Amino acid sequence: MEKTEYKLLKGNEVIAIAAIRCGCDGYFGYPITPQSEVMETLMELKPWETTGMVVLQAESEVASINMLYGGAATGKKVFTSSSSPGISLMAEGLTYLAGAELPCLVVNVVRGGPGLGTIQPAQSDYFQATKGGGHGDYRLIVLAPASVQEMNDFVDLGFELAFKYRNPVMILSDGMIGQMMEKVRLSPEKPRLTNAEIEERYGSWTVVGKPSTRERHIATSLELDSAKQEKFNQKLVAKYAEVTKNETRYEKIMCEDAEYLIVAYGSSARISQKTVELAREKGIKLGLLRPITLYPYPTEAIREILPQLKSVLAVEMSTGQMVEDVRLAVNGKIPVEHYGRAGGMIPSPEEVLDAVENLIWRK
Amino acid sequence: MIKPENAVYSRTKVLTDNIMHYCPGCSHGTVHKLIAEVIDEMGIQDKTIGVSPVGCGVFAYNYLDIDWLEAAHGRAPALATAAKRLNPDRYVFTYQGDGDLASIGTAEIMHACNRGENIVVIFINNAIYGMTGGQMAPTTLVGQVTATTPYGRNVELNGYPLKITELIAQLPGTCYVTRQTVYNPLTVRKAKRAIRKAFENSMLKKGTSFVEVVGTCSSGWKLTPVEANQWMVDNMFPEYPLGDMKDI
Ligand SMILES: Cc1ncc(C[n+]2csc(CCOP(=O)(O)OP(=O)(O)O)c2C)c(N)n1
Ligand code: SF4
Ligand SMILES: [Mg+2]
Repeated sequence: MEKTEYKLLKGNEVIAIAAIRCGCDGYFGYPITPQSEVMETLMELKPWETTGMVVLQAESEVASINMLYGGAATGKKVFTSSSSPGISLMAEGLTYLAGAELPCLVVNVVRGGPGLGTIQPAQSDYFQATKGGGHGDYRLIVLAPASVQEMNDFVDLGFELAFKYRNPVMILSDGMIGQMMEKVRLSPEKPRLTNAEIEERYGSWTVVGKPSTRERHIATSLELDSAKQEKFNQKLVAKYAEVTKNETRYEKIMCEDAEYLIVAYGSSARISQKTVELAREKGIKLGLLRPITLYPYPTEAIREILPQLKSVLAVEMSTGQMVEDVRLAVNGKIPVEHYGRAGGMIPSPEEVLDAVENLIWRK
Repeated sequence: MIKPENAVYSRTKVLTDNIMHYCPGCSHGTVHKLIAEVIDEMGIQDKTIGVSPVGCGVFAYNYLDIDWLEAAHGRAPALATAAKRLNPDRYVFTYQGDGDLASIGTAEIMHACNRGENIVVIFINNAIYGMTGGQMAPTTLVGQVTATTPYGRNVELNGYPLKITELIAQLPGTCYVTRQTVYNPLTVRKAKRAIRKAFENSMLKKGTSFVEVVGTCSSGWKLTPVEANQWMVDNMFPEYPLGDMKDI
């Protein structure tokens, strides 16, 4: 039995380590704060000498995401990481990847915007991540880690989902989780797949050279026949419905008897968890629902506990994005308020509690 | 006598039976055939990955019976970079027009060549955006009339024809940079030799091989195929002289 390894690591560092350990084939990226440690760690660890993983500093995020396209189409496990302005540049590549149904993993360590914004943490890329970001009808599967441990765990999970559904997966983190250090239980080491294994698992679609025994494979998102394109759009709809059915993940904290609910993900959920403790000390029956997948969104989970609730507070490090999905879930049945900090400001558990108390008092 | 054993030429099996969508007189079809023949003659159909562009060559994947990646506009060299690095035993080539390679994809091509990716680049320079209806390309000649330069390309407004192949020849990452054309049997044979050399290079870890083909776009130029060939000889070759720029 291999013994479990624990390490004290930064969120960004663990992304690199988890990727190597889960048998990733390639990383392509471009430096940007607050996530440059991902590539720096990879370059320091030199996985090309051990597992054979390729690590390449690209000339831009436009190139990085298109490198993922080239690698993914050959059935390789490829990933990139960036922060908000870089992800905007990747929007084109992401929609092409989704359109060609190719698997890949993209880590966004979000910083405040718009524009060049700030290098401090924010959650202001929620719309971009969950509603597509690029053009056309497509979705990313979006995972929202709330700890360094989850940064580790979601790398392997992200690849698994990406290949299962042949769709890009995004880890939507932020500068706080990327930069903070926590104790992490490292994942067991998995070897990279051999070309024969890739052929066995994904040989029905990989672009690796056409043997005489099969038709040629084409990784493309182009279809000029509208009827066929619509069919393809419907195929994606069915795929996303399947993803929603099978992969919606969330965590409920102190929700059994809750009369008031915070919905928050990632860093905001970490902070709000403390708020729940503070509220409980004061006798306020507050619970927390933490979406772990932001797409698919845990709409049903929110609906299920609605009957016991008086009101809901969405807490985000943005001026109000995820709150729209909470409102869609609640559908006007009870009040939904938003509490947000922006521009790199991080809310304290106490100020979130103030917001909760305002909500109760206003009722 | 017409008998199989008397055949002096046959159609390569690497070309599919699909009818090409290219206009009469277009160079794309000829270059496709040359690439297909090279792949066939080298026996590498099962080891070749093509990357098609956005431009008239976008449907190259309908005509060459090999595995293909269809790239976003200008990004083919980025796709090829990863496909090759992750599958070094494969022959990887991009096929790109002048708008794709020399305008929107300038960064991707320069950096792929500068890194010396062991790929083949086939660059079709027809001095125009064929696919979108004949607008100005970076390679459009001074004075050339296009849909977006109706009074001719004016350097004050549009700058100068971009000789990107000359720039690429300066990069230490490239091992073979050449400018060819395909307007008569002699030049077709020469272009094929260049393409073959480029494919062979890509397994020798020497860096990027870059083959420009100066071609015609009869539709975009609003000329008959015969006129287009003559216009190319008279106007394109003085601006884009043929021959090897680098061969290491
Ligand atoms: C991002 C983006 N911008 C613009 C276009 C429209 N577009 C399609 S082909 C093309 C130009 C192609 O010209 P070139 O590369 O010279 O190829 P040709 O058709 O001449 O062979 C343009 C601008 C596009 N498809 N994508
Ligand atoms: S528009 Fe020009 S480049 Fe396109 S197929 Fe016609 S002749 Fe060829
Ligand atoms: Mg052109």
